[in-house]
Amino acid sequence: MLKRLALLLLLATPAHAVQPDEVLSDPGLEARARQISQVLRCPVCQGENIDESNAEVSRDLRLAVRERLVAGDTDAQVIDYVKSRFGEYVLFEPERTGANLILYWIGPAVLVVALGGVFLWLRGRRREDEAGATVLSAEEEARLTELLKE
Amino acid sequence: MIVETGHFALILALCVALVQAIIPLVGAQKGWSGWMAVATPAALAQFLLIATAFAALTYAFVVSDFSLKLVYENSHTDKPMLYKVTGVWGNHEGSMLLWVLILSMFGAAAAAFGAALPERLRARVLSVQATIGVAFLVFVLFTSNPFLRLEEVPFNGRDMNPLLQDPGLAFHPPFLYLGYVGLSMAFSFAVAALIEGRVDAAWARWVRPWTLAAWIFLTIGIALGSWWAYYELGWGGFWFWDPVENASLMPWLLAAALLHSAIVVEKREALKSWTILLAIMAFGFSLIGTFLVRSGVISSVHSFANDPKRGVFILFILAFFTGGALTLYAARASNMQAKGLFSMVSRESALVVNNVLLAVAALVVFTGTVWPLVAELVWARKLSVGAPFFEKAFTPFMIGLALLLPLGAMMPWKRARLGTLARPLLPALALTLAVLALVWVMATGRPMLALGAAGLGAWIVFGALAEIWQRAGRTPGRVLRLPRADWGKAFAHGGLGIVFAGVGLLMAGQIEDIRVAQAGESFTVGGYTITLKGVEEVPGPNFTSKTATMEVRQGDKLVATLHPEKRIYPVQAMPTTEADIDNGVWRDVYLVIGDPQEGGGWAVRTYIKPFANWVWAGCLMMAFGGGLSLSDRRYRSAAGAHRSVAPNAVAAE
Repeated sequence: MLKRLALLLLLATPAHAVQPDEVLSDPGLEARARQISQVLRCPVCQGENIDESNAEVSRDLRLAVRERLVAGDTDAQVIDYVKSRFGEYVLFEPERTGANLILYWIGPAVLVVALGGVFLWLRGRRREDEAGATVLSAEEEARLTELLKE
Repeated sequence: MIVETGHFALILALCVALVQAIIPLVGAQKGWSGWMAVATPAALAQFLLIATAFAALTYAFVVSDFSLKLVYENSHTDKPMLYKVTGVWGNHEGSMLLWVLILSMFGAAAAAFGAALPERLRARVLSVQATIGVAFLVFVLFTSNPFLRLEEVPFNGRDMNPLLQDPGLAFHPPFLYLGYVGLSMAFSFAVAALIEGRVDAAWARWVRPWTLAAWIFLTIGIALGSWWAYYELGWGGFWFWDPVENASLMPWLLAAALLHSAIVVEKREALKSWTILLAIMAFGFSLIGTFLVRSGVISSVHSFANDPKRGVFILFILAFFTGGALTLYAARASNMQAKGLFSMVSRESALVVNNVLLAVAALVVFTGTVWPLVAELVWARKLSVGAPFFEKAFTPFMIGLALLLPLGAMMPWKRARLGTLARPLLPALALTLAVLALVWVMATGRPMLALGAAGLGAWIVFGALAEIWQRAGRTPGRVLRLPRADWGKAFAHGGLGIVFAGVGLLMAGQIEDIRVAQAGESFTVGGYTITLKGVEEVPGPNFTSKTATMEVRQGDKLVATLHPEKRIYPVQAMPTTEADIDNGVWRDVYLVIGDPQEGGGWAVRTYIKPFANWVWAGCLMMAFGGGLSLSDRRYRSAAGAHRSVAPNAVAAE
């Protein structure tokens, strides 16, 4: 009785990330499973993926992912399978659809605009500089020679 | 009694800060010297008062005064002394007190060392600094007061989260806050300059060391946090793109940009209004970070207890300071006349590109961090943005930065020619190709990532060496006599290269093994033979531990005997994993002991982590480079340098 209770308590402590009994014997499939579990979010934790999470549901998901892979699904099919059950929330890499495109393109777009702006600004200023230089040079040169004489 | 003294000192500090915020500012507007002179003693007094409050709270933690609610909730008599002290800032209230302490410390430092600053600028800087102080002191006293008592004194405390009971994390927050809050100096200088309507080389010479100091602290703080995550969380991850980590990365990126643009203001009197904007944004992002961590709008493993009232308050502070400063900026920035002109290919334009890349990278991190919030508010979509997104969206900017860095760093001011520029870098390019060839031969795992990281890292490091060689006029005797700023630049850039190489090579080549091992069993991982000798129960001060003894051998040679642990902290009823690591220059052997298995034996995890220590060594090198640059003669004699321009400033009035 006591022994069983002890065992129960041991099992009740959170299982830590991937357990040895989950690992698939085929190293190729296992590697794919690990990669997939790193882009799936644990639905009940705070910002952990199912690969590193200790939650029960993450263990179930890790096992489900492996089951699908063994059954011959592609990576995309497995991810779709999990998404169909838990929603968009579990994808750590949001889908590139709709408003999410803003998220994906804001960096490149701002970069291009900023670099373009800098280019036009520098070119404009060089023109200004050249124009300004020719207007001022006669006056300035006269003053310069004057100053140098003193 | 001591605790009440602390509480009283904190209230008094708020009063002093109010005086310091108003009187010198009015004095500076009206030109009244007496009013302006209030700023210096007020800044010192404010610091001493907050220091008294902080000392009182520390005392309460040290003697385990459980009549204080905060001590009861976060401490325990059995906790080791180190963690009683660091427990002061291991919670929301105490860490906010540390925040205002550091804020007032920077103000006091500017008052103490700012004797050579023009009277008006000093008065305005200290006044702006005090305004930030007022806002946060009100926040501490009214929403997060650490000095609240309990009516009935409990017998013992609830202890601190065991994950936080660790030397790496104990000193991570002070460094991080020194960085976050240090950026308030740049902000105060920027706002003071906007009120004044003047930015010149002397101004930049004052702003840059404060920014540099803040950036150094931020670098060390981030590195400590990442190192802690590496050894404490039990599987050797070191960066998770968690909202709270991103909150520290954004100000770091902007501070790095600000450091570089301040050089352009200092040397060439160009990019003035952009530099002001960066100074405002860098501190603005520090405030955003504070908001993200403490409001609970974005869930994160790191965040403190959620309290919407606090969140709203910080949001108000954030809106007031960044909104106010940006309005002032919009009104005044056009006054900033740029003097130095430069061509399309020049040091200046290279630094502009550096700034664009760093600022857009910060924008990408920011968008990714708040995107789940935006999507939920606007489109009612519940989604997540995590590591896979950031790795793809952020990395290209770092690659661009790494490719351009050695070229930009070599460019002369005003005008450069690419042909003459490239020649001194040819040896660096050749060495980089050699490194690439070496990695090509040796790489396992993800070879393209390894190649990219090693190539970029080598290019930056060899580029920095080539620059030192070029600066010294290709004469070995002069290399050691170069100014410290030159060495600082080489170390900071080289450190960045090492971080890039370390991160990439670690991610590309790590080996992992998960298995059940019986006591006495041996197994092989990545060329190492690991033996689980046995597991013993060992009592600790406030935990019990299952400590394994494991041997790592390479061939017949014993490399290390490691003792990974699994601890249970009974007060918090929380297990933690303590990995044990054999650190090496080229690889870490990282061992973790898991749970006992039903059929006997233990779950054992083994990781071989190539180049892991390069990540933190590179960070330390960057910080060291910053320190060298900070100790350069031109800042040590900044007071003297300023006096030479002072007559002009007087004449202009």
